[in-house]
Amino acid sequence: MTVQPPVNSLRSLPDDTGHFGQFGGRYVAETLMPLILDLEKEYRKAQDDPEFWAEFDALMKDFVGRPSPLYYAPRMTEHFRALAPEGKGPKVYFKREELNHTGAHKINNCIGQILLAMRMGKTKIIAETGAGQHGVATATVAARFGLECKIFMGATDVERQKPNVFRMKLLGAEVVPVKSGAMTLKDAMNDALRHWVAHVHDTFYIIGTAAGPHPYPELVRDFQSIIGKEVREQIMEKEGRLPDMLVAAVGGGSNAIGLFHPFLDDPEVAMTGIEAAGLGIESGKHAASLTGGKPGILHGNKTYLLQDEDGQITEAHSISAGLDYPGLGPEHSWLHESGRVRYVPITDDQALEAFQLCCLLEGIIPALESAHALAALPQLTAEMDEDKILVVNVSGRGDKDIFTVAEALGVEL
Amino acid sequence: MSNRFETAFAKGPALVCFITGGDGDTAANLDALVEGGADVIELGMPFTDPMADGPAIQEANIRSLDKGTRTADIFRMAAEFRTRHPHVPLVLMGYANPMTIRGPEWFAAECAKAGVDGVICVDIPPEEDAALGPALREAGVSLIRLATPTTDDARLPAVLEGSSGFLYYVSVAGITGMQQAAQASIEEAVARLKAASDIPVAVGFGVRTPEQASKIAKVADGVVVGSALVDLVRQHGDKAAGPLKELTSALAGAVHSAR
Repeated sequence: MTVQPPVNSLRSLPDDTGHFGQFGGRYVAETLMPLILDLEKEYRKAQDDPEFWAEFDALMKDFVGRPSPLYYAPRMTEHFRALAPEGKGPKVYFKREELNHTGAHKINNCIGQILLAMRMGKTKIIAETGAGQHGVATATVAARFGLECKIFMGATDVERQKPNVFRMKLLGAEVVPVKSGAMTLKDAMNDALRHWVAHVHDTFYIIGTAAGPHPYPELVRDFQSIIGKEVREQIMEKEGRLPDMLVAAVGGGSNAIGLFHPFLDDPEVAMTGIEAAGLGIESGKHAASLTGGKPGILHGNKTYLLQDEDGQITEAHSISAGLDYPGLGPEHSWLHESGRVRYVPITDDQALEAFQLCCLLEGIIPALESAHALAALPQLTAEMDEDKILVVNVSGRGDKDIFTVAEALGVEL
Repeated sequence: MSNRFETAFAKGPALVCFITGGDGDTAANLDALVEGGADVIELGMPFTDPMADGPAIQEANIRSLDKGTRTADIFRMAAEFRTRHPHVPLVLMGYANPMTIRGPEWFAAECAKAGVDGVICVDIPPEEDAALGPALREAGVSLIRLATPTTDDARLPAVLEGSSGFLYYVSVAGITGMQQAAQASIEEAVARLKAASDIPVAVGFGVRTPEQASKIAKVADGVVVGSALVDLVRQHGDKAAGPLKELTSALAGAVHSAR
């Protein structure tokens, strides 16, 4: 795990101060600063400790159910090949993160962070959640390790994600409805930070995405990189070569960075990150921070944010609660500016269409987040030759979204 | 410009009063604080996501933003205050994004132009000083840093490096306006900070009453009160000046007679 990437590697960031170029950093209140430094120290020790990774790997295998399959999607491939110009339409593979325990990639990161929490001697866990996926994953690992757990969730989200709220309670977590601001993910993160500041001595904050103050973006990425490392091995086994294109949805960006990072130094592998364009960029109701935002400072890091000219943060909109956040992880901001990854906006309607197509053609109900990634296939497959290989990260399963989708389609359950 | 701080803290323990800009009749409220005996004024710049603030100041931020308060309005309020009160130190307190969005040089220049003496930025620790500190120092505006119960001796020099005006001791690990710290822990912390620093040490977070303020003023160079004042603005809306002056007078009396 500790092999250093080569000089001039795109995989060597963040730097010693936690920056990815101008992005990232540690923009937190002084109260939290010593704890953030402690966490970094503890993570450096863990990185070099084979025992830490042995425990991580064992849990990944037997508790999470890894490796997740890399699945060739024959009917999606044929469908898009038929629509594409002559000679176009690559082979489409799905990375099946939705088959993990708790139904999404989120658990990978939670396992890593709770192991750090145990090493630091913390007895209480807090987390923020939007759709509830990260909340459920956090409650799950807290139950597994017997730690007290509080999940901060916007009151609006508590209302629209009732099944996940109940799951968290079954797992022994306390769900705290957050009533500030628009009562969604951003506000849940504010209140989690407020709670953390007052309980730093015994509480570990399991941040759900590759964002927040250093070292969170780095360690979340490292834990999620198991996705890309597996894809590398699996595609070599199946195809004998690396893929030509990786596609993943970007909310905070943890499933995307987990897939992309192990391939950043392979120039033949192109990458597309999908941002949620909500009702359309021009409508102003979207969550596409790179397409429609600019750099700023929020929640401990500098990154692209949706904001007005005074730096006031504006509300995001997406049909997918997991993408409904006005920022994204700092490494994505850097990969965007460096041009290594192309970021493309996808609307609610496009995602809904892809959601249904995936159900019908592959027998897989994807999360609405993952449906955003799938919705990029019409365009991407039309541009790629048929002997090329494209891998989409199906980051989560869509059972949690059926009510939202039914409502959007005008179906009464 | 830091002379205003020196003068304010030279007289004995100082009362530092915070209100959120654009919440209620800010000009009248600021005048009421000065008339009531405040020695230093902190004007809060509203932000959509005030992560370090408790409910009282969170709601004040939202009230202000809902009324349409812009950064330009805050600087206008500051400049007008400076005209009316040439000698009272004025500090802007807020969060990194509104302060840095047009570049730190722009912000520092606006502060200097408006007669702002110092800036407290909650979410720029010494590690990220480059985002704002150099521009403020270049413009002659004090950067007032926060020290907290978690700031140990190893970190303290970094906190003090490049800070001026006064040091703001956040007496509880927590958010504004919630619990209050034990007097003994405040005394111990202030003694530690004063030994390491030659700038005044003001203590805040959770200070609401003249009794608390008086105890703290016996050991610290200043006492900061915020949420209790902001609560009055919530209760009295545009007619908060009278009640603000009354509470400020009581606090000032307690602070000024403490030593």
